[in-house]
Amino acid sequence: MAELNIVEAVRSAMDEEMERDERVMVLGEDVGKKGGVFGATDGLFAKYGERRVLDTPLTEGMIAGAAMGAAVYGLRPIAEMQFADFVYPAFNQIVSEISRLHYRSNGTFSAPMVIRMPYGGGVHGALYHSQSNEAYFTSTVGLKVVAPGTPADAKGLLKASIRDPDPVLFFEHKKTYRLFKAAVPDGDTVVPIGKADVARTGKHLSIFCYGFMRTCALEAAETLAREDGVEAEVVDLRTLRPLDLDTVLASVEKTGKALVVHEANRFGGFGAEVAATIAEKAFEFLDGPVTRLAGPEVPGVPFHHTLEDWYMVGPARIVHEARKLAAY
Amino acid sequence: MATTPMRLRHTELGLSNEQVLDMYRHMLLARGVDERMWLMQRAGKIAFIISGQGHEGAQVAIAWPMRRGIDWMAPFYRSIASTLTFGMSAEDIVTAHLAKRDDVSSGGRQMPGHYGGAPYNIVSLSSPVGTQVLHAVGIAMGAWVRGDDVVTMTQFGEGTSNQGEVHEAMNFAGVHRLPVIFVCENNGYAISVPLDRQVAGGSVAARAAGYGMPGIVVDGSDVLGCYAAAKEAHERARRGEGPTLIEARVVRLTSHSSDDDQRRYRDPSEVEHLKELDPIPRFANELREAGVLTDEIDEAIRAEIKAAVNEASRNAEARPDPVVDDAHERVYAEPIPGGGTPVPLEPIDGEGAH
Repeated sequence: MAELNIVEAVRSAMDEEMERDERVMVLGEDVGKKGGVFGATDGLFAKYGERRVLDTPLTEGMIAGAAMGAAVYGLRPIAEMQFADFVYPAFNQIVSEISRLHYRSNGTFSAPMVIRMPYGGGVHGALYHSQSNEAYFTSTVGLKVVAPGTPADAKGLLKASIRDPDPVLFFEHKKTYRLFKAAVPDGDTVVPIGKADVARTGKHLSIFCYGFMRTCALEAAETLAREDGVEAEVVDLRTLRPLDLDTVLASVEKTGKALVVHEANRFGGFGAEVAATIAEKAFEFLDGPVTRLAGPEVPGVPFHHTLEDWYMVGPARIVHEARKLAAY
Repeated sequence: MATTPMRLRHTELGLSNEQVLDMYRHMLLARGVDERMWLMQRAGKIAFIISGQGHEGAQVAIAWPMRRGIDWMAPFYRSIASTLTFGMSAEDIVTAHLAKRDDVSSGGRQMPGHYGGAPYNIVSLSSPVGTQVLHAVGIAMGAWVRGDDVVTMTQFGEGTSNQGEVHEAMNFAGVHRLPVIFVCENNGYAISVPLDRQVAGGSVAARAAGYGMPGIVVDGSDVLGCYAAAKEAHERARRGEGPTLIEARVVRLTSHSSDDDQRRYRDPSEVEHLKELDPIPRFANELREAGVLTDEIDEAIRAEIKAAVNEASRNAEARPDPVVDDAHERVYAEPIPGGGTPVPLEPIDGEGAH
């Protein structure tokens, strides 16, 4: 078991997949000699050459659209958006082309490809280097959306995504890249898409989260246990689409209370889907309002550290919301 | 018979008499299918038709050097003649326009004119214009990464040449000298808006200079001129010398689509004289002057095309319609819970479950 941080885990997954399958290639801005602005592709250019680790012009639409073409041709491209915030020029290709290709061609074409999306705030990146824009993509049929929160999941889920026959958007929270190291299984360990992880068991309420919020929720759960005697179950969704409904509902049936947490703003966010599904399918088990904790309704994370701190969802807010819910 | 300059022209390009007659046959087939589908649209059998009439010479000629089963194409919505040249059958085209279950492009899921065909290396097309140009470049990138001897061509109109994605595609192809042929079929109108309101400077080909590739203007009704440009572009691509932009100046003989009436925005005298620019009689005359085409041969080909179009439309019409039970299928290559699976609902008023 190697101890890796998340960016190392991401790199290790790509390296191993490129090693085992020569159809796998990486393309994006500065992914070559520089190794990516976060170092995720560091060393791959030297190992696999400039064609399989391809520095593209600054054109996100081209990165996504050309990746789809390459996937159609038979490759397994991994496209890197330098920041998830910069994905919008590629929105047309991702939402209108890549997601629909299989359906519109009656299953005769498909786009097995990964788009890596470094997302999230708390990194002093302000409005345009901090976004959590997963909801645009989770609402798009035809895409799979993955958001790991640990190094082991980052590696195992990225491997699964690269091998998946469908297009996968892979959200990597930037703040977690070098936040901590944790054990990552050696060898070819794949974490299947579509399976949530019960990160902590508890009986009083369920906290549903993904990405960086896993770390925050686990910290909050320790506080709740220590200070309130409340045992929170923390369910790391890991995959947002397809959602692991069985694990979500089993947890709610056990605890009777659901707190859905994400960093993106609340209105129409991914949490709304989780909350609505729980309300629809686990109504008889509920012993309190299905509650969402999300980022504020502002257009982005503001820059100054006091403003950014105000924006970010963290353990303290999770504890606060969980206490209200637990009191029911 | 003495050798005429016209005869020299096709033989100098390496084309046999049989090959130029076959090109002529493809043009007539495209026209025949196109005209038949307008009739079927008027008869209420086809919901919508977007025509390729006037583009056939450029499309057949430019697709001609492409190797079936090896090279790739990302078409646009007027690509009847080029998809036929790439290997699709007349029946495939009519079946797609009738949105039948067996439609090779989409199984009846897409509107008419959204060509695609996995067996023919023709990538599926959507409606927002210009997106396919990036797919062509991506296919070429794939071939380049793998070291495969594959050329990809893509087509778009002069209106579409303004889309950012087209410029992104040309720049990327230019940077890496990817084996792509960009074909702009400039028919002078983007639905109703003329060239001088679409393209600053009036030339799409001139834009190629900014992307480090040759930009060639050809008379799109000059079949052999188009072929010569495409052959050179194809050879350049295979030699690793990179992409070419061919701007074929074609004529749009019909309204933009069956939902459009071009008399609202085109000068009546222009509309009246459109037929004089038709590439089909022009190519026929050229072949006659070259001694390749005779009345007897022409009549035989036209009879053959008529029979082929009749058979294609008859067979296509006899094919089954898609069924609602299938509409949830093939959303994902690997079906997932909650995606592409039917939510069980009681049928409402005789409709299928949604």
